[in-house]
Amino acid sequence: MEWEAVIGLEIHAQLATKSKIFSGAATAYGAEPNTQACAVDLGLPGVLPVLNREVVRMACAFGLAVDAEIGRRSVFARKNYFYPDLPKGYQISQYELPIVGKGKLLIELEDGTAKTIGVTRAHLEEDAGKSLHEDFHGMTGIDLNRAGTPLLEIVSEPELRSAKEAVAYMKKIRSLVRYLEICDGNMQEGSFRCDANVSVRPKGEEKLGTRAEIKNINSFRFVERAINFEIERQTRLLEGGGTVVQETRLYDSAKGETRSMRSKEEAMDYRYFPDPDLLPLHVDDAWLEAIRTTLPELPDAKKERFMFEYGLTVYDAAVLTSSRELADFYEAVEKSSGGETKLAANWVTGDFAAALNKDNLEIGACPVNAAMLGGLIQRIADNTISGKIAKQVFEAMWEGEGDADTIIEKKGLKQITDIGAIEQVIDEVLAANPEQLGQYRAGKEKLLGFFVGQVMKVTRGKANPTQLNKLLKKKLNS
Amino acid sequence: MSLEKADIEKIAHLARLGIDPGDVPVYARNLSGILDLVERMERVGTDGVPPMAHPLQMVQRLRVDEVTETNQCDKFQQIAPQVEAGLYLVPKVIE
Repeated sequence: MEWEAVIGLEIHAQLATKSKIFSGAATAYGAEPNTQACAVDLGLPGVLPVLNREVVRMACAFGLAVDAEIGRRSVFARKNYFYPDLPKGYQISQYELPIVGKGKLLIELEDGTAKTIGVTRAHLEEDAGKSLHEDFHGMTGIDLNRAGTPLLEIVSEPELRSAKEAVAYMKKIRSLVRYLEICDGNMQEGSFRCDANVSVRPKGEEKLGTRAEIKNINSFRFVERAINFEIERQTRLLEGGGTVVQETRLYDSAKGETRSMRSKEEAMDYRYFPDPDLLPLHVDDAWLEAIRTTLPELPDAKKERFMFEYGLTVYDAAVLTSSRELADFYEAVEKSSGGETKLAANWVTGDFAAALNKDNLEIGACPVNAAMLGGLIQRIADNTISGKIAKQVFEAMWEGEGDADTIIEKKGLKQITDIGAIEQVIDEVLAANPEQLGQYRAGKEKLLGFFVGQVMKVTRGKANPTQLNKLLKKKLNS
Repeated sequence: MSLEKADIEKIAHLARLGIDPGDVPVYARNLSGILDLVERMERVGTDGVPPMAHPLQMVQRLRVDEVTETNQCDKFQQIAPQVEAGLYLVPKVIE
């Protein structure tokens, strides 16, 4: 039987505010334990939450970006459960009336096709603290710095059909929240994480299968592996005549498998009810319009513009607009290269991206700025250097040896475009290799490469390749 | 609606309340009385009445995103039974 996977994601994006959602404590990452947990975050008696305005603005910006209905009146609710890193005994969240309603998002798949995925809702809530299970004399250590950090939980429709689609969706949401500058998207630090609901059903069947929820997956690679593991596990179970039980499972990245955390019978009964400490939240037209006017150009629109304005392929445009920093960098390079749109795209997505990757650097912190890369591209375009020599110049720039012109000058890398000079070298090479010349003229034409190599060796790669080819062929065939 | 002994035990567990087994019938009677009242209220026609999220007819006041709190960790931790390396210590919990 052929099986079909049905996947829905719940993404938690930590909103990039200075202070917490309901208190004036700092949200900075990596502070000493409990130094950023105030009386409100600790849930001490007598304290009251006051909602952070910026959190509301950020949630609305996201809602507008996914074309969603904004809940003009939304309500905060208490989600009740007991855990030591949740001091109040409840998490303030939103339940029946979330701030962001139904929206949608376009994802691009590896085969070049696109698919629209529905966003069911997005709601605001506070994060819990952190439990440290290392050994404190058989006890657990609690750090409440993260308690009260604002989260936007973004829930997708169960419209994803493979692990790859789930990853593409998650990447798109991450790109969006980073464009909007409402979340730094840092997965290592946990500012962007997801739970995946996975079920399988016979292909063509309408009814959904029983799902398992995989908790807290914090990298794209793990999302793909965890979902694929889960699809395979459920399929094997069903094919063997078994049944899937509804449960929460934990992904173990070391073992590459998911394992049961708790089943439906042990599932929490959260007893949601409206939080009496908080009044309903109202977002009026004027505010919403003000937020709309501050939205930046979003990835899809930017991608379209890059294709139209710079004549780039869908692929290049998609890669270059995957983050705002990369897109801005490309536009700066293109400008300082004097309009070399394609060369600039090749260099930014090629050697430049590879170098960033290799040294694990962010664009802002790397040794080659847009003007320098643009300058290098200019020298390729005006035939001062060949593309091959340019790689050498780029490496030198990356090592901090100066801009392209300085390096070309200092290392004497200027391309030889003087026809006479190239012809002279060709003559020398032909004279020195009479045997190969004879073979070539007898029909062994693949020896052309040998002669090109010899000339390049003498000129240390500086002969203009196009000219060399033309001149060499002329001489060989004369 | 009348609550059974098992319902009372489940509610007590969810609220992490220790109750005397002898008190279960009293709780069952009292809580069932509240549910009966809710059942009676449900018979009132509420079509066109928006659900009330809060008894005050006001909307949420918002604060500016500023850090206004200072570190008072030492003060807060004075009342904690056990602390170490800045952490509150609690009996071991593992999911």
